[in-house]
Amino acid sequence: MSLDKATVAHVAKLARIRVEESDLEPMAAELNNIMTWIEQLNEVDTDGVQPMTSVVESVLRQRSDDITDGGYADKVTQNAPASEASYFVVPKVVE
Amino acid sequence: MNDFASRIIQGATGDWEMVIGLEVHAQVISNAKLFSGAATAFGAEPNSQVSLVDAAMPGMLPVINEKCVEQAVRTGLGLKARINTFSVFDRKNYFYPDLPQGYQISQYLQPVVGEGIITIDLPDGESREIGITRLHLEQDAGKSLHDQDPNSTYIDLNRSGVALMEIVSEPDMRSPEEAGAYLRKLRTILRYLGTCDGNMEEGSMRADVNVSVRRPGEEFGTRCEIKNVNSIRFVQQAIVYEAQRQVDILEEGGSIDQETRLFDANTGVTRSMRSKEEAHDYRYFPDPDLLPLTFTQEWVDSLMDTLPELPDAKKQRFIDDLGLPAYDAGVLVAEKETADFYEQVAEGRDAKIAANWVMGEFFSALNASSGDITQPPVSAGNLGGLIDLITDGTISGRIAKQVFEAMVESGKDAGTIVEEKGLKQVSDTGAIEAQVDEILAANGDKVEEYRGGKDKLFGFFVGQVMKATQGKANPKVVNEILRKKLDG
Repeated sequence: MSLDKATVAHVAKLARIRVEESDLEPMAAELNNIMTWIEQLNEVDTDGVQPMTSVVESVLRQRSDDITDGGYADKVTQNAPASEASYFVVPKVVE
Repeated sequence: MNDFASRIIQGATGDWEMVIGLEVHAQVISNAKLFSGAATAFGAEPNSQVSLVDAAMPGMLPVINEKCVEQAVRTGLGLKARINTFSVFDRKNYFYPDLPQGYQISQYLQPVVGEGIITIDLPDGESREIGITRLHLEQDAGKSLHDQDPNSTYIDLNRSGVALMEIVSEPDMRSPEEAGAYLRKLRTILRYLGTCDGNMEEGSMRADVNVSVRRPGEEFGTRCEIKNVNSIRFVQQAIVYEAQRQVDILEEGGSIDQETRLFDANTGVTRSMRSKEEAHDYRYFPDPDLLPLTFTQEWVDSLMDTLPELPDAKKQRFIDDLGLPAYDAGVLVAEKETADFYEQVAEGRDAKIAANWVMGEFFSALNASSGDITQPPVSAGNLGGLIDLITDGTISGRIAKQVFEAMVESGKDAGTIVEEKGLKQVSDTGAIEAQVDEILAANGDKVEEYRGGKDKLFGFFVGQVMKATQGKANPKVVNEILRKKLDG
């Protein structure tokens, strides 16, 4: 698998990361190196091996259905660039 | 008036068939959210039910709520679906201000519930089976308010992280009517199970509608997805509009672009939602913060034992054991509370008479009052008591309606009202006979006409006797005596 410049630009846009035009080519080369390195894993025969879901032998911990959190709108909005009457205020987004 | 029952659109170049599939988002009934301990109640102060997990503060980790898992599995069982004892949570990545994480925790390739079935009931009495593809658990997003300020959007994260079940159907529906029947049936099942309140106005149940058209019997056409439609009627209107739009394009030689559209309830029109197109590249991957969700088959079996009698089974029992017509049974089981109310009224009484009263006088009175059967205008016990008075001949059916009205007004029981107003039916043959004699004597000419062959006058005499007794005479006895006197 190989990434071209357009794909890198697309991925950057999806991730909302700004990449200058001049950086796209070098970044594609860098990512392709990483991809090639990862693709070595394809050489390992994994037939009949269960996919590993975690490095720890453990099951998903579950919580009981109790209300134990919340009630601090001030804390939640404390770091917001703008807030009003306990709402976050963001630039207009309307469809 | 649109014809929602129609499955075929007649175009200039021939017939087109609609193909419809639905994705329903149903908010899970639970106290706390899917991955945090914040409350889920509707209508709270902004951001007052938000934990630092829901606000996606750095370093916060999700811990799954066992109740939400249980609700999803119970729903799956209610949909006769395959339950997957191993399922995986994935991140669905997209950016929107009401999604603070920048991804929604959802399930993609391995959902908790697999294929199932919903049987829909159509107005013509027919039933059809609609396939369920899957049900998975995911987080709801927050709420954006666009009307608070001209230049900014206000965000409330109270809904952020509330558990949703996304229930996906097969493209098995062929008319707006079937889509409506599917949504109604799904809502009924969810309410019976107590896993979602099904309230579309408050947004706790929302539908995405997939519509395509094709020549009957041919391959599926390209579909469009209409997002977030929030009433059954709107779903049906959106389908009618969208299917016609696609037919018009195809007949002019065009082709359909697969896209996401929005339905405008004010204009009845769907329009393209182009800005979201790129967002379809969701880059799903397993959420590294969560291990796979696993549970035992024994646990699933134990949940099976907690399921209530579901609407299909209840309807069949009403038909088989109580002898109700399919239509009556269908109406009575549509809401669990209605079915419970009816069963209380029918307990130890004639099931059909009970059904007639519940569906007739009682439903009218209910609609005229709160419309909420948990606050009935007449209690089930009192309605039963009224039916008892009819059955044992204390009052006639006609007087009963009068008594019922008085019950609604005063809240008193039937016996008290009959006593107070002196409405007891007169079955005393002697008294009725005297009344009949009086009527016949006063209407000698009509008696002659009747005997001369004008049979229809019989009703006139019955009416006169009933009027003279203020409706209290037992109609059966009146008929018998009149027959004897007139024909004998």
